[in-house]
Amino acid sequence: MSATPRPYGVIAEFDTPADVMHAAEKIRDSGFLNWDVFTPFPIHGMDNAMGLKNSKVGWFSFVGGVTGYTLGMVMIWWMNAVDYPIVVGGKPMFSPFGAFPPSYELTILLGSFGAIAGMLFLNRLPRLHHPLLKHGRFRLATHDKFFLVIETTDPKYSETETRKLLESTGSKRIEIVEE
Amino acid sequence: MAEQTNLKLAPPPRSLERIPLVQNNRSIGWISDQIAQIAEGKTPMWWWLAFIPSILLATMLFVMLAYLVSTGVGVWGPGHPVMWGWAIINFVWWIGIGHAGTLISAILFLLRQKWRTAVNRAAEAMTIFAVMCAGIFPVVHIGRVWFGYWLFPLPNSNSIWPQFRSPLMWDVFAVSTYFTVSALFWYIGLVPDLAVMRDRAKTKIRKFAYGLFSLGWTGSNRHWSNYEKAYLILAGLSTPLVLSVHSIVSLDFAVSQLPGWHTTIFPPYFVAGAVFSGFGMVLTLLIPLRTICKLEDVITMRHIDLMCKVTLATGSIVGYAYGMEFFIAWYGGNPFERTIFMNRAFGTFWWGYWTMIACNVVFPQLFWIKKFRHNLLLVWILSIFVNIGMWFERFEIVVTSLYRDFIPANWGYFRPTWVDIATYMGTFGLFFTLFLLFLRFLPVIAISEVKGVTPQADPHHPLGGAKGGHH
Repeated sequence: MSATPRPYGVIAEFDTPADVMHAAEKIRDSGFLNWDVFTPFPIHGMDNAMGLKNSKVGWFSFVGGVTGYTLGMVMIWWMNAVDYPIVVGGKPMFSPFGAFPPSYELTILLGSFGAIAGMLFLNRLPRLHHPLLKHGRFRLATHDKFFLVIETTDPKYSETETRKLLESTGSKRIEIVEE
Repeated sequence: MAEQTNLKLAPPPRSLERIPLVQNNRSIGWISDQIAQIAEGKTPMWWWLAFIPSILLATMLFVMLAYLVSTGVGVWGPGHPVMWGWAIINFVWWIGIGHAGTLISAILFLLRQKWRTAVNRAAEAMTIFAVMCAGIFPVVHIGRVWFGYWLFPLPNSNSIWPQFRSPLMWDVFAVSTYFTVSALFWYIGLVPDLAVMRDRAKTKIRKFAYGLFSLGWTGSNRHWSNYEKAYLILAGLSTPLVLSVHSIVSLDFAVSQLPGWHTTIFPPYFVAGAVFSGFGMVLTLLIPLRTICKLEDVITMRHIDLMCKVTLATGSIVGYAYGMEFFIAWYGGNPFERTIFMNRAFGTFWWGYWTMIACNVVFPQLFWIKKFRHNLLLVWILSIFVNIGMWFERFEIVVTSLYRDFIPANWGYFRPTWVDIATYMGTFGLFFTLFLLFLRFLPVIAISEVKGVTPQADPHHPLGGAKGGHH
């Protein structure tokens, strides 16, 4: 131990989804900004309890899909009608109907890339390290426990007051997580 | 108005109560333990007993492919007049099997069929491995596989681009998109469960590998919010994708001018057949799996029952399509069309046709009866019949439309070579090798999704901690 590690935040453990949801409502109403809830599965209604807005992933997917369709149509037109036209069975050099199936598939392909890339970007994933992953109890967040973490960077954070607030939500186990 | 009414609600009758998705009131911790332990601990004996023959068969596949590449595509059976033989039959058969995985993961997700959570992971894995087996055939049948990249719109020394007016090009895009999106959908679904495996890992290698592939997942609700949206969008995109893939595969046939192929019923008929064969394969895989891995409380009899019903429904759609094809052959008044269909049922390959009818239309009708749907051995045998029947369907479509041309001088016969047969058998080896590796290293059931459908996961349910009078 060369230097004292900086505290990352305060972590409160809960046993049931209802408990952590009530706690989240309380923290939301107290006006905290840098905090989060960690659960083994998505809890229905938690976004509302945390005051989160609708996810923006859809926009990334939409841009991907539009790009895919346009790319397909323009690519097929340019390749088969402009760059190297070949007469095949008297068919037109370019027809939107014949070009539709590949363009449709590209819409789906790039739309999916957009959704996944958007999700990873908005979540700032992948990341190789997280202070919480070093915390002993936290591994139960993927098992059967529910956690609420308030970071020390939150403007409303105070070592004593925040702990008191979390105690009032009914958590039986409140600890400090180090950076 | 009074604060309270004196209206009393009687509890619903027992017949209307919902059967729980996870039986015996298992806790959410039990779900992680039970599912993750399949991929943990010492490798069980049954796994080796299944794996060794599988990898030997897979080796045979690669030997056959090496023989074909080094000798020429003539070692396979196709030749005048049946220029499409086992390769295309096996391609369509394998890719059809994949469709149940996407149907379960995407369409049932959009329809909010919560029972899907117990089977979607294994079914999606099946999809990916089946598409890999399928992809081998078109790539190899082109003969000079080292020019396989000509299928893609990449610049080459001839400066010629692929010809997009051909449905074969549409197929390239459909199948490669299908594989890519299915694999990504599967992987994104795996990320939270890989985090479960990471947090349980005991050895350094496992900690590192699961840690790397779980992308640093913490279970943060801010992450879940974006994750669930992305998952929903992927389901929304995979639904039109799965419907388009087998439609486009069917267009390989339907866009041609051949009697027996040139029909508008092909896209929906192929999609229904694909889902039918896929559910057959899902049942074939999951019935032994739930017993061996002791997953009876997660993959319950209700799951088997529902999958039998889907098999029955799609099998009946396929039966309707067979009937309608015959009707149109007669009603359309085209003598070539009529001859081909009479020949399918009563000609040289009559045995294939009636095997198909028996396996796809007749036997699945047993699933109308609940007693049969709950007899695991019978369901398992019927699920194998479904796959045999669907293979013969593709055999009938491909071979009988080709071996009797418009001119009797062109008539011929079709026989597979031993290389055809060994290659096809080899794909089973590849499929089961990959599936067994999946069982051994990845969570075979979507842990976080199954947790999410238990009553303990519902913050408004007493088991989820809700107290009376909440909200």
